[in-house]
Amino acid sequence: MSQHNRLAQGGRIDRNQPLSFTWNGKQYQGYQGDTLASAMLANGIKVVGRSFKYSRARGIFGHGAEEANALMQLGVGKETIPNPRATQIELFDGLTASATNGWPNADFDLMEWVGKIGGKMMPPGFYYKTFMWPEKMWMTYEKFIRKAAGYGKASLEADPDTYDKMNRHCDVMIVGAGPAGLAAALEAGRTGKRVILADEQNEFGGSLLASGQTINDQPAVEWAEAAAAELAAMENVICLPRTTVFGYYDHNFLGALERRTDHQGMTAQSGTRQRIHRIRAHQVVLATGAIERPLVFANNDLPGVMLSGSVATYVNRYGVVPGNRCVVMTTNDSGYQTALDIVAAGRTVVAIVDVRHNPEGRLVDAAREAGITVKPGHAIIEAKGNKQVTDAMVAPIDIEGDKVTGQPMSMSCDLIAVAGGWSPVVHLSCHTGSRPQWNDEVAAFVPGPTLQQQHLAGAIDGEYSTAGALTAGAQMGAKAAASEVHNQYDCGDESICPAQAMYLVPHTKPVSRAPKQFVDFQNDVTAAGIELANREGFESIEHVKRYTAMGFGTDQGKTGNINGMAITAKNLGKTIAETGTTIFRPAYTPVTFGAIGGRDIGELLDPARHTAMHSWHLDNGALFENVGQWKRPWYYPKAGESMQQTLNRECMAVRRSVGMVDASTLGKIDIQGKDAREFLNRVYTNAFSKLAPGKCRYGLMLKEDGMVFDDGVTACLGDNHFLMTTTTGGAAGVMSWLEMWLQTEWPELEVYLTSVTDHWATCSFSGPNARKVLEKLCDDVDLSAEAFKFMDWREGTVAGIKARIFRISFTGELAYEVNVPANQGLHMWQQIMAAGEEFDITPYGTETMHVLRAEKGYIIVGQDTDGSLTPQDCGMHWVVGKNKEFSFLGKRSFTRPDTSRDDRKHLVGLKPTDPTVVIPEGSQIVADPTQPIPMDMLGHVTSSYWSECLGHGIALGTVKAGHHKTGDTVYFPLADGRVLAAEICSPVFYDPKGERHHD
Amino acid sequence: MLHIYCPYCEEMREEEEFSYSGEAHIARPLDPESLTDAEWGDYVFFRTNPRGLHHEMWNHAVGCRRYFNVTRNTHTYEIYETYKMGEQPTVTGGKS
Repeated sequence: MSQHNRLAQGGRIDRNQPLSFTWNGKQYQGYQGDTLASAMLANGIKVVGRSFKYSRARGIFGHGAEEANALMQLGVGKETIPNPRATQIELFDGLTASATNGWPNADFDLMEWVGKIGGKMMPPGFYYKTFMWPEKMWMTYEKFIRKAAGYGKASLEADPDTYDKMNRHCDVMIVGAGPAGLAAALEAGRTGKRVILADEQNEFGGSLLASGQTINDQPAVEWAEAAAAELAAMENVICLPRTTVFGYYDHNFLGALERRTDHQGMTAQSGTRQRIHRIRAHQVVLATGAIERPLVFANNDLPGVMLSGSVATYVNRYGVVPGNRCVVMTTNDSGYQTALDIVAAGRTVVAIVDVRHNPEGRLVDAAREAGITVKPGHAIIEAKGNKQVTDAMVAPIDIEGDKVTGQPMSMSCDLIAVAGGWSPVVHLSCHTGSRPQWNDEVAAFVPGPTLQQQHLAGAIDGEYSTAGALTAGAQMGAKAAASEVHNQYDCGDESICPAQAMYLVPHTKPVSRAPKQFVDFQNDVTAAGIELANREGFESIEHVKRYTAMGFGTDQGKTGNINGMAITAKNLGKTIAETGTTIFRPAYTPVTFGAIGGRDIGELLDPARHTAMHSWHLDNGALFENVGQWKRPWYYPKAGESMQQTLNRECMAVRRSVGMVDASTLGKIDIQGKDAREFLNRVYTNAFSKLAPGKCRYGLMLKEDGMVFDDGVTACLGDNHFLMTTTTGGAAGVMSWLEMWLQTEWPELEVYLTSVTDHWATCSFSGPNARKVLEKLCDDVDLSAEAFKFMDWREGTVAGIKARIFRISFTGELAYEVNVPANQGLHMWQQIMAAGEEFDITPYGTETMHVLRAEKGYIIVGQDTDGSLTPQDCGMHWVVGKNKEFSFLGKRSFTRPDTSRDDRKHLVGLKPTDPTVVIPEGSQIVADPTQPIPMDMLGHVTSSYWSECLGHGIALGTVKAGHHKTGDTVYFPLADGRVLAAEICSPVFYDPKGERHHD
Repeated sequence: MLHIYCPYCEEMREEEEFSYSGEAHIARPLDPESLTDAEWGDYVFFRTNPRGLHHEMWNHAVGCRRYFNVTRNTHTYEIYETYKMGEQPTVTGGKS
């Protein structure tokens, strides 16, 4: 039967636009304007999923963000989306959805029997308590537990959609476009201030869209339509329907997710599927409304038990009555309105079961006049049925609502509508750390004090009447816009009879023996579970939450939390105000990772920096390594070469003839000013007082704790002018570090820093034939060893370009670094390559650079050091100035007891006992490999390579007191069971006297 | 996300433009060599970690690159004032 729950007329659906959809493999029909949930209910679909822990059948229970059961697996394949709520999915033609769980299917689930038989034996903490032993087996258990429980599955394929983000600024941000939000927007909008109005639903109006009330004698729905149209026409107002404000952050910053195309299909036909608005607002009006609370009674999770307000919404907004015979249970007047709406739709209300003993007034009278049976002082203590409600067990209760006072009677029904009172949607107000406060008058938590520029309007503040919400909205909208209230609202008689606060409905049996009374549907938390947790000593509400999992998951306790807190309070003999509440964190409802990522994915995730010679490296087959954001050539394999063969060839070219590396990525800082020299003295370990123009010096930079933090060569360009180089990865950090000292401690120094990293391209070529190459290109500089010494620099013309030539070496060979403006870098590189052709000049990458420098024992800061090594630990006493006047950064720490210990970890060379072995980097170093685990660890290997020119493996590593252990053998127990050995030696493996780079 | 007034740019800017640089008003000792190990250790390693009012240094890293001071409540994230390097706070103590 097709749509047998659909009414012939009424609602905001278009019966002329039928849409077909597939649920669990079967085709159904709904209408334009439906949500997936309303269409499913129209078709009489009862079971929509299985519960998390007990695999109980669950049905649609709410109509919006509060829905805890109807989580869908939407779509298939790469488009699939796990766990959206059916109540928030707008129906489109061809929609496909299935249950997220249940095996073999949601309707017939074998796990249900596990839940039924084992349910009593699955208290809170069941998994922790049961699967603890043996510890090793947890990984095995977990696989099965995850399969049996849990919800939808994410696609493993790439998301076909695009997403983006937009920054917004406004005077007044209004969250929620129900009566309060619309009234606020009208007031703020007419002032001309910049206003943003966001609502999670497809159209503005909120509760008004399902209301039969009038506003100033106009039907509420028409008023909402007119208000939305008026706002849409205001140029200063941005209207964002289908937009959920999911987070409210410090200083009035809000995150909002706009679903731009989700209502049209699984993927966007054009443009972006979803957009995150990052909104900075001067004033915020929260008009987020309230969520209806269920009541906690036995088997209250059976399909067919629904929130009363949701039933009314389905009837009035979607033209769907989710049952034929309804019993309403209520603690307040709102259940009566639902009953009247059901009767008006032509279906039967068996009875209104009111827990209040003396309900009276406008709506109670109306119900009686409509011929509805009212049962005051009664409650539904238990629902009966298998996979759907068939009966309600109704019993008289005492005036406090604590005890059943008479025989239960059975009422046959297929729908139970529950009205347990309203919980203001305080979530956003909590996000900045404000704790909700209990308000006895409305028996609910309302937002507490806040430092944000925040205003509350309507049901969020406990104002549940429509006229009250409109009036509060108008007031707050005007206040946020610093204006006077303009509009007045009258909605006729909205008088109500006071509500009774009730949470757990008594049963004839004690909580521990009654059928399950659910508090949190999504996490299968029951009243008995909370009682047990309290009995086991979990008294803080934060502990109860974590022990029972109440309020977890995508639901975040929207319907269950208050009931759980009330039950805890009662168990502990406290008031709810004393028990308090947990607070809510972002996100209000789930935000897709696609939207969070936005455009910042793939190539746009992080900028890639290319040197001026990048195209040449690409053309010549370089493989690249990421160094910070830089793409540096790693090595240049020739056809058929293995990586090691390439490295051997590149290394030998440098040692025997000449090779060239692109060193443009090294950080370069131009330092000028009359105090530049003094500044360098303070930030480097060694002295720069006497460094003459034309000279370079290698320096170490320390943090104040005395540990090495960066290194590099600084050249004196003039008396008041220096060029500092830093490590590639450390450039930005060094720049900030230097600026900090100049700005905060030494403002009296006249020094100016400019980052020139990108301004210069650097061709660094080295090897015995390096001079011969340069001689071919440069004739205005005396390149002789006597005139242009190691650690000198000269300005000259190279290949027709004015260049700075530095005679510095990171390979241990004769080497030059030619610096030219970046625009001429590629030309210079090509000219040097051409000039070097007769010497078989070989381009090499970072890997060969690492091997060559390791053969010389040169450290790489950040690889061989880790912020815990002093210059002395690195064996670099020679770079520490002894007689510097100023106590340079870090110096005082050298004499701290811990820093001056003799048995600190020292950087040493390690020569493998087996010359063919290359010790894995990161290997732990021990003195005795036969020691039982855990062994005494001496240190670890920081760098390790095959040295082709030496014919054996080499390594650097840190070893406790290593400088005193030269000649000792140490061991490296590996994960695969092998134990390698090496001898501690000097870190300088190649040309220990340092003759070659002086040639 | 904090909204921070840069006293040099004289504008409110987003937190993303700034980086945090630790406690403010920690002066480097003029003569480190004359300090005891304990005194030096105190300067290098120890910082206050108050719940409430705190004076801290921020850097307008992707703006003017200036360092400046912020008086901020570490509990509520309220910013009471920002002021230039070398200036003293006007909001001090007691408030939380």
